[in-house]
Amino acid sequence: MTATTPPTLQGASRSAELPDRVFRTGTRVLAWLVVGLLVLIGLQLAINGAQAFETFGLGFITGTTWDPVRSIYGALPYVFGTIASSLIALLIAAPIGILTAIYLAELAPRRAAVPLTFMIELLAAIPSVVFGLWGIFVLSPFLRSTVEQWFVDTLGWIPIFAGPTFGVGLFAAGVILAIMIVPTIVSISREVIASIPNSHREAMYALGATRWEVIRRAVLPAAKAGIIGAIILGFGRALGETMAVTMVIGNAQAIPTSIFGQSQTIASKIATTFNEASVGLQTSSLIALGLVLLVITLGLNAVARVLVVRAAGRSGSTG
Amino acid sequence: MGTAVIVAPESVRLMRAHVGRRRRLLDAGMRRLALFAAILCVIPLAAVLIFVTLNGASALNLDLLTKAPRALGRNGGAASAILGTLQMVPLASLLAIPVGVAGGVYVGEFADRRSAQIIRFAADVMVGVPSILIGIFVFTFLVLPFKQFNAFAGSVALAIIMIPVILRTTEEILALVPGTLREASLALGIPMWRTVLSVVIRTGLGGILTGVMLAFARAMGETAPLLFTALGSRLVNVGDFGKPMDSLPVFIYVNARQPYELQNQQAWGAAFLLLLIVLVINVAVRARTWGRAIGN
Repeated sequence: MTATTPPTLQGASRSAELPDRVFRTGTRVLAWLVVGLLVLIGLQLAINGAQAFETFGLGFITGTTWDPVRSIYGALPYVFGTIASSLIALLIAAPIGILTAIYLAELAPRRAAVPLTFMIELLAAIPSVVFGLWGIFVLSPFLRSTVEQWFVDTLGWIPIFAGPTFGVGLFAAGVILAIMIVPTIVSISREVIASIPNSHREAMYALGATRWEVIRRAVLPAAKAGIIGAIILGFGRALGETMAVTMVIGNAQAIPTSIFGQSQTIASKIATTFNEASVGLQTSSLIALGLVLLVITLGLNAVARVLVVRAAGRSGSTG
Repeated sequence: MGTAVIVAPESVRLMRAHVGRRRRLLDAGMRRLALFAAILCVIPLAAVLIFVTLNGASALNLDLLTKAPRALGRNGGAASAILGTLQMVPLASLLAIPVGVAGGVYVGEFADRRSAQIIRFAADVMVGVPSILIGIFVFTFLVLPFKQFNAFAGSVALAIIMIPVILRTTEEILALVPGTLREASLALGIPMWRTVLSVVIRTGLGGILTGVMLAFARAMGETAPLLFTALGSRLVNVGDFGKPMDSLPVFIYVNARQPYELQNQQAWGAAFLLLLIVLVINVAVRARTWGRAIGN
């Protein structure tokens, strides 16, 4: 442990002690600045959003009307859009992400695993706004003429799959979010799976299990907590994702009845209206929306971090 | 460890059952499914790269690089955005690097276990804070009081996004520097601060730079934190951080939503440029890291 090394050894001159103390204190202040910033973000959103909660109480979250003209602000359509689009993303990204992680950690030959991992990391590096641009002009029209059309034709009698389709909407937002959170789910699940000791696998192989049986009955049960953590982290990221969603969700005010309907998330609502909002109750309501988002994402993040750290820490791979 | 014990009887039962076609088929099927999933993950990367290149490369010309945007539906360029990004991101780095590196040094070298845990946790959580909220946060401090959107606020917002990334990589890299190096330096009578600066950080410099470059690339692509801070502008703004400033991501966002073909074309051109820079940084940095990992 480096922290236990005494700051000065016997031979060091006394004059070195003051700069040491200054250096140490300086780095400490800057390190705690990060904690301070986090607290400050929460406080600042709470203070500036307080007016909305004072005016509407809990009705702010359950209200369905957002009307600046009548000064009524209810967040439910945006809370709904946020959770619905992220759930669609999760339904798509979780199975694909977990299977990919299994492939990369357990099955792939090295010459396939290395470039694939590299490419999935690059996917994570693409800026959100570029996904949004691609979403508007390529993905949405494609989804509208293929997937959405198919659902409406074959399952259209189920209300949530009913038309009309617009291309842009809840479903397109879910798909683009799925693409954006898959790297998170893959990379964390892969690490967790790779950190499981080989003795688990060997015991199963020795019993004559096939590779899939080893994965299914030895690897996945041991990696479960970490994989759930990875999925929650992905979910948290989807909830807060702004630009790509703003560009493809359609920015409609009401709660859609179909998954192909147009909607709005908390983040996209803030992105599209914050600058035009009049200072006062309207701005406060938007900031209160942000506070709701912050509380949800921070809560999820905290839970996920604990799960991942525990899962990875058990094998001693991280401190 | 407990799982292995639970697993054994189950698999013994499996052994007694027919070691037959069904198991082999399931095994082969699931393995193929996993491969299929992995390929599915890479398709969006290919699709984005192909379409941005196809649409963007043709829109990327001298006008786009050198001219300022003009009124809607008319010719012009993205010079304001390129110059804006090239000013705001370096200023953000200038703010974020000292804080991030110093924070990482504290966590890695000086902090007790508990402090280290708290700071590490805060940094990890900070990475998960939606970037649009950081935009609002900076807005309330640096825009609202002055009643003026300004590029400095934009840089601060980007810096807040960069800091936790730099802090975490610095700390992780410093943990890899062997303790014997520190002891040797201290034994020579070199004070702690010099030891950290000239020996520890020097040794981990490559890794720290990796973190800094990745944070830099991420900041370049961030749109949401700039919307309420630097805002965006059709004017070329060089050096006036007290005024609104354009940036590549905001330029793409604004022009993608215009009903004009020409504007959309410019968005593709800017996206091509942005993606090119971001991916080149990422590939360069990661290729180095990969090379080292394979070399070991």
